[in-house]
This record gives sequence, C-alpha cells and structure tokens, in this order.
Amino acid sequence: MPPRTNALGLARNTYRGKPSTLCPGCGHDSISNQLITMAYELNLEQHKIIKVSGIGCSSKTPAYFLGGSHGFNALHGRMPSVVTGALLANTGLSCIAVSGDGDSGSIGMGQFKHVIRRNVPFVYIIENNGVYGLTKGQFSATADEGQFLKYYGTNHMPPIDLALEAVIAGATFVARSFSGDAKQVQTLLQAAVRHQGTAVLDIISPCVTFNNAETSTKSYPYGKDNEIPLHEIQILAPDYVPEQEEITIGDYAEGDMVTIQMHDGSFLRLKKLDNDHDPRNRRQAMDVLERSMREQIFSTGLIYYEEPRPTLADTEELTATPLAHLGAEQLRPPKEALDTLMSGLMAG
Amino acid sequence: MAIHAEPQSKVDIREPVVNDFAFSVATKNGSGSQTSNNVLVMSLFRMGIPVNGKNLFPSNIKGLPTWYTIRASKDGYTARKAITEIVVAYNNDTAPEDVMNLPPGGVCITTDKIARVIRQRDDISYYIIPVTKLMRGAKVPSAFRKLVENMTYVGAVAQLFDISLDLIYQVLLDNFKGREKPARMNQDIVELAYHWTAENIVKSDPYRFETMDGTTGKIIMTGNDAGALGAIFGGVNVVAWYPITPSTSFVDGIIAHRYLRQTPEKENTIAIVQAEDELAAAGMVVGAGWAGSRALTSTSGPGISLMSEFAGLAYFAEIPAVFWNITRMGPSTGLPTRTSQGDLLFTHFLGHGDGRQICLMPGNLKEAFEFGWKSFDIAETLQTPVFVISDLDLGMNNWLSDPFDYPDQPLRRGKVLDADALQAFIDEHGKWGRYLDVDGDGIPYRTVPGTNHRFAGYFTRGTGHDEMATYSERSDDWVENMARLHLKMDTARSLLPAPIVDDGNEADIGIITFGTNEEAIREARDWLANDGIRTNYLRIRALPMAATVSDFIDAHQSVFVIENNYDGQLTQLIRLEHPENISHVRSLALGDGLPMTPSWIYDNLKEQEG
Repeated sequence: MPPRTNALGLARNTYRGKPSTLCPGCGHDSISNQLITMAYELNLEQHKIIKVSGIGCSSKTPAYFLGGSHGFNALHGRMPSVVTGALLANTGLSCIAVSGDGDSGSIGMGQFKHVIRRNVPFVYIIENNGVYGLTKGQFSATADEGQFLKYYGTNHMPPIDLALEAVIAGATFVARSFSGDAKQVQTLLQAAVRHQGTAVLDIISPCVTFNNAETSTKSYPYGKDNEIPLHEIQILAPDYVPEQEEITIGDYAEGDMVTIQMHDGSFLRLKKLDNDHDPRNRRQAMDVLERSMREQIFSTGLIYYEEPRPTLADTEELTATPLAHLGAEQLRPPKEALDTLMSGLMAG
Repeated sequence: MAIHAEPQSKVDIREPVVNDFAFSVATKNGSGSQTSNNVLVMSLFRMGIPVNGKNLFPSNIKGLPTWYTIRASKDGYTARKAITEIVVAYNNDTAPEDVMNLPPGGVCITTDKIARVIRQRDDISYYIIPVTKLMRGAKVPSAFRKLVENMTYVGAVAQLFDISLDLIYQVLLDNFKGREKPARMNQDIVELAYHWTAENIVKSDPYRFETMDGTTGKIIMTGNDAGALGAIFGGVNVVAWYPITPSTSFVDGIIAHRYLRQTPEKENTIAIVQAEDELAAAGMVVGAGWAGSRALTSTSGPGISLMSEFAGLAYFAEIPAVFWNITRMGPSTGLPTRTSQGDLLFTHFLGHGDGRQICLMPGNLKEAFEFGWKSFDIAETLQTPVFVISDLDLGMNNWLSDPFDYPDQPLRRGKVLDADALQAFIDEHGKWGRYLDVDGDGIPYRTVPGTNHRFAGYFTRGTGHDEMATYSERSDDWVENMARLHLKMDTARSLLPAPIVDDGNEADIGIITFGTNEEAIREARDWLANDGIRTNYLRIRALPMAATVSDFIDAHQSVFVIENNYDGQLTQLIRLEHPENISHVRSLALGDGLPMTPSWIYDNLKEQEG
C-alpha cells in the first residue's frame, strides 16, 4: 500500500530531518515531531521555510525536522537578529525558530525582547527545561526559586517568565504548552504559523537527564499531573462559516467560546475550561501568567492574542519583491543619477 | 594687559602670501561654530582654492574646546598642517595657549573679552572683534543669538582675507537648503562684522585669498558620505547598525540617499534597522547575507569588538556581508572623537580560532565610494565578510576630490545556484554540497533560501562540517575545510584592489603605508625630493596583502612603513607575511589621535635615514 500523502502528494517522512542526537526521551524531540506533523498537515512547501536557532540542546533540533528547508544554527542568544536579517532580505520566506530558556532567557534576553518589539513575523519556539543541558546541569533563568539540583544545589533566584516577558515586549501571539501534550502543541503550532507577527511559544520541554525529578516543575511527571489547559483549542479551515451566534459570543468575552480569525482566513476556536480567561485581554493574560508563577499553577494554551501590528517589513515600507530577488537595475541607480549628484557638488 | 588700540597699530607688511596658509578656529563645542567653519571651507572651495577642513573635536555635547583647521593650498596639498598661521581664538579657555602656538608673523583674531586674558606677543598681528557690542546691534531673536555669534569671525575673516559677501550668502543659502530666513539671519551678522572690520581694523599681515582655478570639476564631501553613496550604487539591501562615533554619519548618508533606490511607487529597496546593539546589527547582516541580499553594517572599534563572534561565524560558515570600521582611537573607549589606524590587526584577525578576514582600506574619498560598491562584489564572490577599514579623519572630515567614477563592472553576485543551475550542477558533478570545491579556487557554490529545488536546502552552522554541510567532528574533515578556506584567502589576493605604487624614481628608499596617510606622505615626499632625497611609494589597499608588496620590499635598501597607530601594526603584518630579509624595514608609527602631518613624516624619516 502506498504511504499516505498530503495535498502536495508528499509523505510525512519527506518532512523529516536527520536523526536526533539528543538524549532518548528528550522533550525537544516530541516538539520536532510535532513540527514535522504540522508542516505535513498544512501542506507547507519546505523551500519557502527557513529554520533558525541559537545554541544549546534545543537549538540543535532544526537539523532534525524539515530536511528540505534551509537551516541556520547561529550563535548563542542571537537567533532573533539572524531571523530579522533573513526575513528582511526575503519577505517571501516563513521562519520557524527554535531557542531554549538559556538562549532566550539569559544570553539572548535583549534580542528576544527586541525582535518582538519590531514584530518580525515568525514562530519563536522556546523549548524550556529550566536547565543547561550541554554544559551538564546548571540552573537556567527560568528555574523555580528554591529548586534543588544535584550538581548546583538550591536556586535562590526568582524565575524569569518568558511568556510574561513576551506579552510585556508587545508580542501579539503568546502561548504556553507542554511537550507531553502533543495535541495542544500541534494545534498551537498550526495557529502560530498562520500568525502575521512574532508568535511566541514557551513550551515546557523536560530534560530527562538533568531536570526530570518529580519535584521540578519542568519535569514530565509534574507536567503530566499538573497541566491545566485554559481552553480546548480547535482550528477551523478558512471555508468554515461560523454561526452568527458564535461570532457574537466571540466578539465579547462572555460565555465559554472565543473565536479568532487568523490572517489566512482560518478560525481559532477556544472553548474555555473552568476559567474566565479571554486571550484577547492583555491585562488578563498578564494576570494569568503572574498567578501561575506565584501559585505554581501550570496553565497552558493561548495566553495572549491580538490583531497583529504592522510587521518590520511593513514599517520599512519595502517593495513587494523580496530584496534578495531584486535585479541589477533595481540595485544600481543609473550613471545619470551619479553624474547629477556629482555636478551638484562641484565648485563651478 | 593692554590690547585695546583701535584702530590697531600697523606692523610691517611682508611679501603677500596668497592661498597658501592655514587657519585654526578655536571655539567651544556646541556653540554653533560648525556652520561658520563650513561656510569658510565652502567659500574657499567656490573661489577655486584647494582646501580642506578638519574637525579636531572633543567627546562632548557642549562646552569643551574644539578646533577646526582649514588649510588653503594653491599647490593642492590637503594634509593637516602641524602649524597654522592664523588662529581664530574664540574660546577663552584655550586662547592663551592657542596664541602661543602661532608662528612669528601669525595672526590672532579674537574677541574683546578674550583679548583681556591672553598674553601679548609683539611678533604677531591681533585683530580684536567687539563681539558683544556687535551682537547688541544685531536684529536676532534671543533664542538664536548664541548660535550665530560665531558668524562674527566669518565676517572678519572675509574682510581681512578677501572673501566676497555675495559668495558667503550663496554658501549660506546652500547650507540651509535654499531657505532664505536662516541664511539671511546669519548673513546679517557676517555683514555687521565685515563692515566693522573694514572701518576699524588696519590689516597688518601678508595673508589673503584670491580666486584661482584649482577646484574646477572637483567636489567636497566626507568619507562616510562617499562610502554610503558607494553602498547605494553597490546595491545594498539591508543596513543594520547601532549609533557610535565616528560611524553614525555613514548610515545617515545611506538614509539621505535612500531615495535614489526607491521604486517609482516610492517603496524602499533598502531596509535600515537601528539595532539594539552591535551584536544584533552583525546578526542581522549575517542573516540577510545568508538569505541572498547585500547587507551592510557600519561601526567603530567598540562595535567591532562586539561583532567578533558573528565575524568568526560568517567567515567559517562562508556568508557574505560588509562591515565598515570607521576607526577611532582605542583601546577601550579611548579617544572616541579622535582618529586612529589602530584596528588593523584586530579587524584582520577578527574572530576566535584560525582564520583571517578580508579587509579593504580606502585612502581617499574616491576609494571610499569605490570600495562602497566593490565590497559587495568581493563579499559575494568570495562568500565571506568584507571589512572596510576607514577612519575618523576620512569618515567625518571634508575632503577635496575628483568626482566619483561610475562602477566599471556589473554587479558580481558570485557562485549562486538557482534551481536550474543547481540541477545542471548535479547533472555534471553527480551531487551538490554547500562546501564542495569543484573549481579548485576554494570558493564553493551556494544556494539561498527560497530556491525551489528539493536538494537546495542545507544546514548552515558554526560547528564542524564536511563539504556536504553535514555535522562532522572528524579531524580530516576539519583540516580539509581549513585548507580550503586558506586557499580561498589566497584566491582573494589577486581579486582584491591592488596596491597603489609609485616606484619609478630610481630611489633606494621605499615608503609603505595604508589608508589616509597618503596626502601627508605625498607632501613630505615632495619636501624630501627638494632636499635631494628620492623615494618610492606603495600604499596597501587590501588584506590579505598582494604578493607585489614583497617585491617592493626586496627592491629597496631602506623601507619605511608609515601608519597612524602606536604599535606599528602594518609593520607587524608585513613581518608576518614577508619574514625573510626584512632588517631594512623600519616602522614610523605615530598614533597621537590626529591626522598625520607632512612635517612629522619628513622629520622622522630624515632622522632615521641619517
């Protein structure tokens, strides 16, 4: 029997990359797997996608998915600037970027905040495990206060909440998830690639080697037992016609359903679960994140959503043709232009 | 202190000195003297007199002393002169010393207030302008009063040394982009001082200007503007930068000329991003270069330091991008507003581990423009970052130049494979790998993101890789890759701008330099020739250096390497590249924060040559 294929006639395995070299059971591999599924399900063309990352365990993963895409494993904490340059050079590209809690929360905090501020349109995944894996188990800036790790003792610093930082920086799509919740990760990824702005996904992704004890809020056992989704999410195709009633409900935070239309025309439908959270309310989003941190509640889902602001390329008023595709006649003004300038500068 | 004779006593008038003397204008930073000085420079330029203007300014917004030197030279010498015959002493803090620095026969133009605090010399002329009294009679809104006060010395200078009032008004109009109101306001002060000087001061010096034909067809511009314009004609697409003196005006130049590249619908073909720091600026240009655009950043030493990690990545991952280093005095914050050639070694070896970077070193305005566009061709041909090493003197000062030549070659995008070319490559060679060298020149073929071919994608990384761009920690892969990168650098030697050579003088002495010292050296060589000392000359314009440098060294009994840094960095590099028979190579390295003078070169070369 021939393998199942998507609308492009491609089998799922054509979206795979090289075999992973991460520790068996690593949360990051589940996320790579969801990225492969997402691209397959959405019939994405790999040549139109770039994968960019920083340095760390998480940042190795772009080698393990979408092998047909161009990838760039850049410098520690500097993925956002590389993405900014690449997407200015070619606005026709989509970008999936992978970072970690060390990469974004410590060395790259500045670039993390500034890329959001500029609203560069890409999917910014943080594979957050609270620990430095490649250097063997130091705390990262997202580790909980009071947490104990074998090699480094007790962490006395309060954590940095990267989802909260993203909201504050002006992100228009901020989600938190758990790599053990494959279904939610998949839905959020599918929503994020449709977004026309920086879409930040802070995915708790356990490190099975250095930070997987039950006492750690970044572990599998903790996540499985404590994850509280804010809502059930569903993505509906652009041709879906929402009932009149639902639009009314969606327009105002009342009842238990929120419907958001994405840039490509598709709909994101969120069914609230035992809470009043409306992701279109910035104040509520920040409250949810602060309460989660304070009371150690593992809330997941789409935390914040807003109609995207103009992207950086919009602000730059760039021509529609990607800059990388411009021909010589658009790159070099004619000789007359130089001659006019020069004669205007001459003494007489 | 008794300097109050009005009209002033007459000193013996000596032989006239026409169009061959220098001014130093001493003011306080932020006092608005920039317009006054610019008006003087441009007026002389319009009179056809070869002129330069160099701003020797402090790292300060307001209040610290600043000097602007203006040199007129009928013979066309535009280097800074060590001694200026005339000082406009408008800063009470420095006036006492400024006056003592004048040569005998010099001229001091100062204000009545300052005149009270300076020592009187009987071997110079004093012209004292009652600035307070003049300004009291001027109809200037109080908000502008302090800013236009410096126009009083423009008026006095114009009267004393013969610059026409009409010309000054034309220059003022140009300066204010045709707006009559500010031009008129300034001109009123100029005229007040001009007429007061005519009525009250008796000229007792031999200096004056005369219209001549020395600037016809020439232009005046700063090197930063020239480089920026070059980049515009070189097809720059993405500019990322962080403000830093003395490179900020480079990006200002790109912004000012961005319109030249707009589409008929007024859309931009150049993205300009002010980054959060130089690290991000470097990341953006590396990302943009990787994705197939022509990307540029401009910075100075501290910024280059921050960019070093990306520089190493771009070298190793083979990504084109252009980095301008408008060098200022380091180490550290150093002398942030003073010129230097002290980043030569650092920039050439930027990045950890093995390797060296391509450097272009423009020596004048025309080359700043030329390297402005050519740097992109070189970066894309070699698939590597290119560093253009300019300096504060070239970047921020006004230079006289012939107009720029339109690029004499089409854009060279290098070995980039589109989908069809990639298929043809695979058909011919059986496979394509990002770092596969099929031409034997060390330069592989690349694809850019967006190429619609199933084998176009590859993984760019700073980690060890084989020729297929696959991760590898194998020793042989590593060594083969390094050998290819070295081969690529050797290929570069013949592609880069060749040295400028003047070796037809039957001379035993050879002079080697780089960058902006050329004008000072040219003048010093003329002085030496007058003394019967013949010299040959070679100016290196790119690194890694051309093989001809070695021939030049071998062909002379005595070689002087002249550069404006303390460590003699070019000398060190020559010793590294040319280790045999170099006991006759000597270093003349200065590095005092100022543009080099002919007299320093002349004195030191003569002393060493004995």
